[in-house]
Amino acid sequence: MSVIKYESAVRPPLVDGSKTYHQVTEDIIRPIETTPSRLWKIGFAISVGLLLFGVYSVYREVTYGIGQWNLNKTIGWGWDITNFVWWVGIGHAGTLISAILLLFRQGWRTGVNRAAEAMTIFAVMCAGQFPIFHMGRVWMAFFVLPYPNSRGPLWVNFTSPLLWDVFAISTYFTVSLLFWYAGLLPDLATVRDRAKLKWRKRFYGIAAFGWTGSTKHWQRHESLSLVLAGLSTPLVLSVHTIVSFDFATSVIPGWHTTIFPPYFVAGAVFSGFAMVQTLMIITRKVLNLQEYITMEHIEVMNKVIVLTGSIVGVAYLTELFMAWYSQNPYEGYTFWYSRANLFSPYGWSYWGMMACNVLSPQIFWFKKLRRNITVTFFMSIIVNIGMWFERFVIIVTSLYRDYVPSSWSYYYSPTIWEIGFYLGTFGLFFTCYFLFAKWFPVIAVAEIKHILKKNGDSYKQQGDQPELEKKSLEEFEHAMAH
Amino acid sequence: MDVRKFVVGLFDDEKVLFPAVKQVRKAGFRIHDVYTPFPIHGLDKVMGLRETSLHTAGFIYGITGTTIALSFMSWVFTSDWPLNIGGKPHLPLPAFVPVTFEFTVLCAAVGMVLTFCYLCQLAPGVKKHHFDARATDDKFVMVIECTSETTEAEATALLNAAGAHEVHTQIAEAGWWFGTYDKEQKLYDESQVKVAH
Repeated sequence: MSVIKYESAVRPPLVDGSKTYHQVTEDIIRPIETTPSRLWKIGFAISVGLLLFGVYSVYREVTYGIGQWNLNKTIGWGWDITNFVWWVGIGHAGTLISAILLLFRQGWRTGVNRAAEAMTIFAVMCAGQFPIFHMGRVWMAFFVLPYPNSRGPLWVNFTSPLLWDVFAISTYFTVSLLFWYAGLLPDLATVRDRAKLKWRKRFYGIAAFGWTGSTKHWQRHESLSLVLAGLSTPLVLSVHTIVSFDFATSVIPGWHTTIFPPYFVAGAVFSGFAMVQTLMIITRKVLNLQEYITMEHIEVMNKVIVLTGSIVGVAYLTELFMAWYSQNPYEGYTFWYSRANLFSPYGWSYWGMMACNVLSPQIFWFKKLRRNITVTFFMSIIVNIGMWFERFVIIVTSLYRDYVPSSWSYYYSPTIWEIGFYLGTFGLFFTCYFLFAKWFPVIAVAEIKHILKKNGDSYKQQGDQPELEKKSLEEFEHAMAH
Repeated sequence: MDVRKFVVGLFDDEKVLFPAVKQVRKAGFRIHDVYTPFPIHGLDKVMGLRETSLHTAGFIYGITGTTIALSFMSWVFTSDWPLNIGGKPHLPLPAFVPVTFEFTVLCAAVGMVLTFCYLCQLAPGVKKHHFDARATDDKFVMVIECTSETTEAEATALLNAAGAHEVHTQIAEAGWWFGTYDKEQKLYDESQVKVAH
């Protein structure tokens, strides 16, 4: 919930057009009540197709073993862990928008938080697949949980970063889901109360948990949202920190660095915002929500992208500097030969990463480009390609040649089933997102109404700033108490 | 069964609603509830509701999680199955930080959401009476309970005077029951109406 107390008249409005409360409901709920467009059906069919291909790829991996992938003893982590870190990173923007920006009182978050939180949940679902299936014998996956078993009981190693990951990712998923659904309750009740069809009344009746909009419930809801935001803020920082510990606590050159936690978190926010941009630009167009997800929202997110992209850039340069400054031959070899040398086997991936993540976002210093939809859309995809390269660079270029030349590996390229698994998670992600966009309100209706009189276009023009009589309220409370 | 009689007033604007709530309370009426499409800051205070203690509950769940995680890991590593991992200490507290933190957050969040649902009586399949379906869209609905001191006529007159654009009386079940929203269910006959004193 928004906790903005006052609003500067200088800021541009967050909701365009002269809206009333009822119109807000109409605009956002209407796509749920109409039959899906042809574009939606085509997109959904493609997503399900990708998902099925992914399911088949995973079926092969489970049936025949990890040998279906091109991993070997030296490159033990390849595409799978790259994809895992990539998806977890994308999953960071949602909670950042809904939690950290709530605490920072950024009003613009209300337009995009719902969809970004949904995106987070789906991205974490995709991320989770990779470590689980990399276990090989996936039917033993529950061994990572500390449950009383008949083998001693033999507990898990609580000091292993891989186990910290289990706790971090599952907690992050659960808390994001609860946060998201708690916010959805009032909006599902809105859909339910407008519904004409029997099944729709029934479905949203169950989904809305019997929400009525009682003042006491709102008071508790606000308290819940605020505390969940307070909990999610350190949580979102901890998750990618812990993911970076998987690498940083090892002794592999290129991984063993203390810069990893902040560098990974900045990268996660960077790629997450890029994915939010990709989805928002499509969603606002297809569902006709340009007045709620405005140019202002896109511009603000582009500013976040150029900031985090530059932080990531500084981290890359720091790593190169430290590799030289430490005079550690293994570090130096990894950073200056395996990565920064364009003509080394994987040099292309390092420079691809540099071009996509560090150089190209700099165009967002220009206001005109920040406010250009086509450029933003194109850039959002470039950034996510770059962030995928980053994880690939970190994992593969560090592993393929480390200390002993006799155990160096040949050139690693994925099999079709490795690629298929990755495509399959795209299928899962977009299938979930298409279903979400069709059956749930993609914008938080109640929150938009809450900020409407402060940030709505027409109200701002009137200079109509309803201040709900702070002083007389205190007097009234005092009078009623005696 | 908790069937009571209510006078329901619909308001268009929170700016009208605020003084109206004050007026009704000054006149000594019992406001059953005010239903709004979005949270209105200060309305809970005007209605005389006390602050929620949900955050305190969250804190208690959180420290419970911290305690469980820390004591469990310490027990495993020192007494249940002590392992010598490269001669490192058996109680490596810094290495317990991530799991402890995550478990704290997990307990606090899950506990708070369950408490929230319990306090507000929200669950899948729960149905509650709607005084007006537009309360989740654009109307602010004030509901006054008819008591032995509050007659229907008085309450109606007061709501009209306070700026409600629509006022009517309803006999309704005040609690919740299991049901679907696809049909109107009448769970009572009107002779059961309870009047509070």
